[in-house]
Amino acid sequence: MSNNSPIFKTATELSQDLQGGTVTSVDITQAMIDRIDAVDEQVHAFLHIDKEDALDQAKASDDRRAKGESLSPLDGVPVGMKDVIAVKDQPLTAASKILENYRSPYDATVVRKLKDAGAVVAGRLNLDEFAMGSSTENSAYGPTRNPWNLECVPGGSSGGSSAAVAAREVPLTLGSDTGGSIRQPASLCGVVGMKPTYGMVSRYGLAAFASSLDQIGPFSTTVEDAALLLEIISGHDSLDSTSYPTEVPNYSAELKNSSEPKVLGLPKEFFGPGMDDEVRASIDQVIEYYRSIGYQTKEVSLPTTDLSIPVYYVIATAEASSNLARYDGIRYTSRSERAENAIDVYAKSRGEGFGAEVKRRCILGAYALSSGYYDAYYLRAQKARTLIRQDFEKVFAEVDAILTPTSPTPAFKFGEKSEDPISMYLSDVYTISTNLAGLPGISVPCGLSSSGLPIGMQLIGKAFDESNLLQIANAYDREHLHGRQVPNL
Amino acid sequence: MSDETPMDIDYVANLARIELSDEEKSTYQKQLGDVLKYFDKLQQLDVEKVEPTAHAFPRHNVWDKDEPRTGLPVKEALKNAPQSRQDQVVVPKVIEE
Amino acid sequence: MEYEAVIGLEVHVQLDTNSKMFTRVGTGFGQPPNSLTDPVVLGLPGALPVMNEEAIEKSIKVGLLLDCKIAEVCKWDRKNYFYPDMPKNYQISQYDQPICEGGQVEIEMPGENPSKMGPHRMVELTRIHLEEDVGKLTHYEQDSLVDYNRAGCPLLEIVSEPDMHSPDEVFAYLTSLRNSLVAAGISACDMEKGQLRCDANISVRPRGETKLGTKVELKNLNTISGVRNGVEYEIRRQIRAIEEGTPIIQETRRWNPDQKYTTPMRTKEMAHDYRYFPDPDLMPVKIDQTWIDRVRTGLPEKPFDKQRRYQKDMNLPYSITSALCGDHLLCAYFEEASEMAKSAGKVANWVVNDLLRELSQANKVDEFAEEETEKITPQSCAVSPQMLAELVNLIEDGKLTNNVAKELFPEMFATGKSATELAKEKGLDQQSDDSEIEGICKEAIANDPDAAEKFRGGKEGAINALKGAVMKATRGQANPKVVDDILRRLLS
Ligand SMILES: [Mg+2]
Ligand SMILES: [Zn+2]
Repeated sequence: MSNNSPIFKTATELSQDLQGGTVTSVDITQAMIDRIDAVDEQVHAFLHIDKEDALDQAKASDDRRAKGESLSPLDGVPVGMKDVIAVKDQPLTAASKILENYRSPYDATVVRKLKDAGAVVAGRLNLDEFAMGSSTENSAYGPTRNPWNLECVPGGSSGGSSAAVAAREVPLTLGSDTGGSIRQPASLCGVVGMKPTYGMVSRYGLAAFASSLDQIGPFSTTVEDAALLLEIISGHDSLDSTSYPTEVPNYSAELKNSSEPKVLGLPKEFFGPGMDDEVRASIDQVIEYYRSIGYQTKEVSLPTTDLSIPVYYVIATAEASSNLARYDGIRYTSRSERAENAIDVYAKSRGEGFGAEVKRRCILGAYALSSGYYDAYYLRAQKARTLIRQDFEKVFAEVDAILTPTSPTPAFKFGEKSEDPISMYLSDVYTISTNLAGLPGISVPCGLSSSGLPIGMQLIGKAFDESNLLQIANAYDREHLHGRQVPNL
Repeated sequence: MSDETPMDIDYVANLARIELSDEEKSTYQKQLGDVLKYFDKLQQLDVEKVEPTAHAFPRHNVWDKDEPRTGLPVKEALKNAPQSRQDQVVVPKVIEE
Repeated sequence: MEYEAVIGLEVHVQLDTNSKMFTRVGTGFGQPPNSLTDPVVLGLPGALPVMNEEAIEKSIKVGLLLDCKIAEVCKWDRKNYFYPDMPKNYQISQYDQPICEGGQVEIEMPGENPSKMGPHRMVELTRIHLEEDVGKLTHYEQDSLVDYNRAGCPLLEIVSEPDMHSPDEVFAYLTSLRNSLVAAGISACDMEKGQLRCDANISVRPRGETKLGTKVELKNLNTISGVRNGVEYEIRRQIRAIEEGTPIIQETRRWNPDQKYTTPMRTKEMAHDYRYFPDPDLMPVKIDQTWIDRVRTGLPEKPFDKQRRYQKDMNLPYSITSALCGDHLLCAYFEEASEMAKSAGKVANWVVNDLLRELSQANKVDEFAEEETEKITPQSCAVSPQMLAELVNLIEDGKLTNNVAKELFPEMFATGKSATELAKEKGLDQQSDDSEIEGICKEAIANDPDAAEKFRGGKEGAINALKGAVMKATRGQANPKVVDDILRRLLS
């Protein structure tokens, strides 16, 4: 494949090429389909791709452009969807057997916005079943492999979304992040992944895992591309009562303004034991770089850090146990053939239809809410969540953003953690508190380990301050562009 | 807390309406016991005077005017149903009453 | 031993809104199955709830109507349990912060006889909360069918204290509650359509005992008489059990209206661990004083207050006001007509007797009708309040006799023609011509000089003989008051 192929270009470049008339959306989409045909057997990022529909959308985009009626910079650029985001008439399996035959009769708000912007919405991307996991091993349809090393996990739960971008199967994808599910796989696959502030992007049409933590966000190869996609999907939505009524800045335009050097906080609790040496070295280089361009760094403290995992798992599993009750074998999910009465339908369809991690979490969540345990678990976790938020508020009085690694280690091998829930849960230790506080976070690739696996840094910003966060991330990314490195496939 | 009262896996699995095999039961019983032990950190925390966080950015009165919009056509509403008849969803007999 | 029953009611009322509680698809009764759904109603992956402002305003209205304390802040909780009529397998409801607390419902017990007012008292309320309705299950031999049209409709749950002691009180409570809610435009409260549903918590204890007995929850009380009969049966069953020494089990029982007994319902074990927790998809509701004040200005007069006013200010008898005040539409009609009429009392009589009779005949249900026809209301019927006022005034002015008016009214109801019009058509208005009647009166005096003499001599009763003669001569169509006036003038 020539280096000039559309698949090696960023969305920003493709947008320029489309505007310049040097490429068509059909060219891009066809190249994408060819690339999927060539590499996805190895990577398995896609659960489904409706090629005909994708090419139809591309053709429509080209027709608009020919008439000078282009809808946005992303008109004609393909965007892939994690298989929990509803697209009308397309499957939505959440990587679960229970939704095997389901097709959504409606579009998620982010999808409607992308279609209104003329993007080619194509492909259903693999994940940990119902977004529960950190490795994409918990997919009923088989795991996704890390394009940098097919024996390693791509991270999760949005592993299909990160791997598809890393493998250059599609320039942009959307994922969802409940405790790190965008940032951690972005880090493990060497791409950019961003979780916006809670309420910045509508959740309408996102199959819920934990409603008070879930947020949809972009994957891309550069921070610039992430900004481009984020400004299209963001904004208030009257269909989501938790959507925040705030103006959406023109992120990509603001990236071009030169920004003043900022103050970065380094939380001492994150830089303790458990962090891989190579990850540590890589983050040290990032710190050095920021200092070299005039940034200040400052040690800060987030004393509640060690609470974040128990708090997260109580809240997330409790909400999930209720959110997933609707997958019951009655109205639209697969029904167990062994069911003889209505009660059977539930227990048997769910017993057969859910995978191990989903069952484990639904049971844990039901327990945390059950009579006699609510106060000890759920209510306590909600109170501890307040302490975690307050910790961040204090730190953000002093700094513009917090810099940490995204994941304590680079990608791990298949099976390495899947039998031990706690060690798997610990791989989210750097990302989880961001969700509990509702703050925006972005993972930016910052190099490769000695064994050739990507390492990512995480920047956490102030609430609804995506613009600043993107500028800070871009200050590093535009000079390094680690995400533009292509793995050998 | 988890020390004194191990999770009654049958009770909770029934609450969650998830059928488990005996093998699953014993695996989950052990794994979830470990997780609950890990959660003990929470129990030691003094949260007496702390308000719970239900929403990261709380607001009030987020609502719509009472103006109806078109919903799904019946065919679309039922197209994913495992079984339907007379434009309704069929369920095995409800034997509770 | 004497026993006392203790009864509390949980009443579910469907609020009359255009769209559902947490999504804007329409509401309505009798629509084709599953034609009122959307992703939110069906609980599809990704669907999210958004509150209906009108449902909250209507709930505040109910709270004010029933003298509840309106919450400054109320929130939404999920009640988790699995059932095929509930799409998400959790119901969005209010657990520990309901929209209203306390409150009371004024009830009237039967009096000594229908023309005597019975004793009034207040039944205390515990709370009122707002939630979403579930779908409708129809059971067949082999399976059940689910229609989700009703799922997600706003539903108000009004919970009373265990403050009632007899089926009559329960009946009085439901009647009063329904009258108030219908009058305020909250709901049509038609039990047949499921717009008002009722569960009863019943226990029995020896009279004088202060501790409550074991309570039984009674379900499937689908009509007002069903509630009365079911409660009555269940009280008797419990007393019998106590007397026989069989313990009463805390359980849910079902009223079987055809066989007329209650049977235990096979409820799922541990059904009561609902795992309530705050719904993370919804923000709380804040209700400030300004809002409450605004809603208060739109409150209708309470039915019992109206009845007292009619009795005190308009001097209407109890039997008439009790017939009027159960129906706010009838009251509105009455008030409009009486403002234009010379006698409010006469109008009330006409409304309660003649108008009600015609309405009930016109609304008689045709069992074989294909479709449900729209009910005729006082407001939509052919006799407008103006027309009734005119009729009453014609009688008062002596232009029409009562008997003629009684004959005309059904025709007015059937044709929409006014009394004047009809009287003219039938030539009935002639008799009201005073000069003609005067002639007949003169004739009567001439024919019976004896009676005339007696009357002039102070014997008041003697005039009746003359009146009788006049009425006979006019075949009862002369206005007795006019005849009386003319005779007295001629004899003076
Ligand atoms: Mg109840
Ligand atoms: Zn209820």
